[in-house]
Amino acid sequence: MQMTLAQKLLQRHTNDAITQDGQIVSCSVSVVLANDITGPLAIRSFLGMGAKKVFDKDRIILVMDHFTPQKDIDSANQVCISRTFAKEQGITHYYEGGACGVEHALLPEQGLVQPGDLVVGADSHTCTYGGLGAFATGMGSTDIAAAMALGETWLKVPASIRVEYTGRMDPMLRAKDLILLLIGKIGVDGALYKALEFGGDVVDSLPLEGRLTMANMAIEAGAKAGLFACDAITQEYCAAHGGLIVEAIGPDAGASYEKTVTIDITGQKPVVSCPHIPGNVKAVADLPTIPINQVVIGSCTNGRISDMRDAASILRGRKVDPHVRCIVLPATPTVWKECLYEGLMEVFMEAGCIVGPCTCGPCLGGHMGILADGERAVSTSNRNFKGRMGSLQSEVYLGSPLVAAASAVCGRVAGPEDL
Amino acid sequence: MLYTGSVHTVGEHIDTDAIIPARFLVTSDPKILGSHCMAGLAEDWIARVHEGDILVAGRNFGCGSSREHAPIALLGAGIPLVIGHSFARIFYRNAFNMGLPLFEIGDQVQAFHEGDVISVDTDTGIITNQTRSATIQCPPIPASMAKILAAQGLVGYVKKRLASQA
Repeated sequence: MQMTLAQKLLQRHTNDAITQDGQIVSCSVSVVLANDITGPLAIRSFLGMGAKKVFDKDRIILVMDHFTPQKDIDSANQVCISRTFAKEQGITHYYEGGACGVEHALLPEQGLVQPGDLVVGADSHTCTYGGLGAFATGMGSTDIAAAMALGETWLKVPASIRVEYTGRMDPMLRAKDLILLLIGKIGVDGALYKALEFGGDVVDSLPLEGRLTMANMAIEAGAKAGLFACDAITQEYCAAHGGLIVEAIGPDAGASYEKTVTIDITGQKPVVSCPHIPGNVKAVADLPTIPINQVVIGSCTNGRISDMRDAASILRGRKVDPHVRCIVLPATPTVWKECLYEGLMEVFMEAGCIVGPCTCGPCLGGHMGILADGERAVSTSNRNFKGRMGSLQSEVYLGSPLVAAASAVCGRVAGPEDL
Repeated sequence: MLYTGSVHTVGEHIDTDAIIPARFLVTSDPKILGSHCMAGLAEDWIARVHEGDILVAGRNFGCGSSREHAPIALLGAGIPLVIGHSFARIFYRNAFNMGLPLFEIGDQVQAFHEGDVISVDTDTGIITNQTRSATIQCPPIPASMAKILAAQGLVGYVKKRLASQA
């Protein structure tokens, strides 16, 4: 059988012969992930199941990233639950405090996920690791508890949608624009229960961090996974992050797809996703003047070093509009230090940004940048649901770091060409 | 199991931030989460809901985050099951894992209106709209999901399995 990437990756983890989409298979998992919000629930379920030991203490990863640094007594108490569990179980990869970063930026950077892996995480953006050529999908805490106890989970083999990006990429266009264009085209349930398999000349030459950005938002189209082949770019990244030597993995020629979506990006300019749904995608240039109060540059979507460099390229020698608070949150301690050593921190501070810790914080309206009634933000994160960043009467626009930084300078939703 | 209750309708693409906003995710207590159910849609939504009321949702209900707090909040609010046009996949798994049955009925959701009194037989999949004297036969709950529901959720299901291995 000629296999899609989804079929091929799942086949590596099941003894059942995969013969068709829709088949339910029992799979062994490579990595099981939870965070400070979903971990305590998973632990409660794990204990409720009567489980005594995790299946493998080296393959459970707990990252206390959402409300870090602990924002109040309740969130601090939640972290205690995970910390105690990690200690009792001898969990190797437990991240808190200064070692902590935004989980989906941290794991690839630390070489904790490899191409070909099957990763399940109690966080919907677990699909990020599809950028590395891993089958990765989000689940709830109790599914994760079962995986922690058994080392396996059940999965339905998803039908795949092949997405081909063709054409010439504008120098101001980024991976974020590419994925927003897709979500705008197929809608927020356009890939419901399915896998997105990305290909075409444009993504074949896309740097790995951009692939992670795109895979990250597969869930915003309802997808179970967003997958990239593991190629020379992936192999180079893995060698540099954890010194991993990995084999190339790609779909078979002639594999069967539910459909193919082709997106020609020639002449395409930067876009934003307008409130209150990620599928509401418009070219920045087509928008009227929309004043803003806040900009957030960071998150599991766009908090990596290439994103920080993009933001700094706009902010260098410029000032953030006095009516805007521009919050820069490098996603991991390593990214933070790279920003420091490369002089990007100086750029951000001279421009008038607030530089904060490695946290999910404002992306989910947790803390460190909450919107008031009637306020509006441009964010490099992945969701702009009503009330996502604070008040139900606030608005969030999603865009690339170039768009976010340009908006911070202009005091309105703007692109790099507006400067 | 037969459930009878009044219908509350919500629109399409209701995300888990609407079902339970992130600022309430500092607990996993069903009653506390239930008291904030749908606070991301309207702060006073929960005040209109009574124990046993049934939710009827549009397309892609439960999209967004993987937070299991969403089905827990619905159960905590006293809602025993959800009928929807379609469901986001993580929410779908989570709901059954928490013991919240879901019925996916596509465009037939349009036959239900706010305040209708309906009864749902979760074993046969028959939904009767008593207010409008209409009946719908839903596809049965998939066998893999029914097994989990029968054990009151995935915790009970895995508990049995681990006990049988011991």
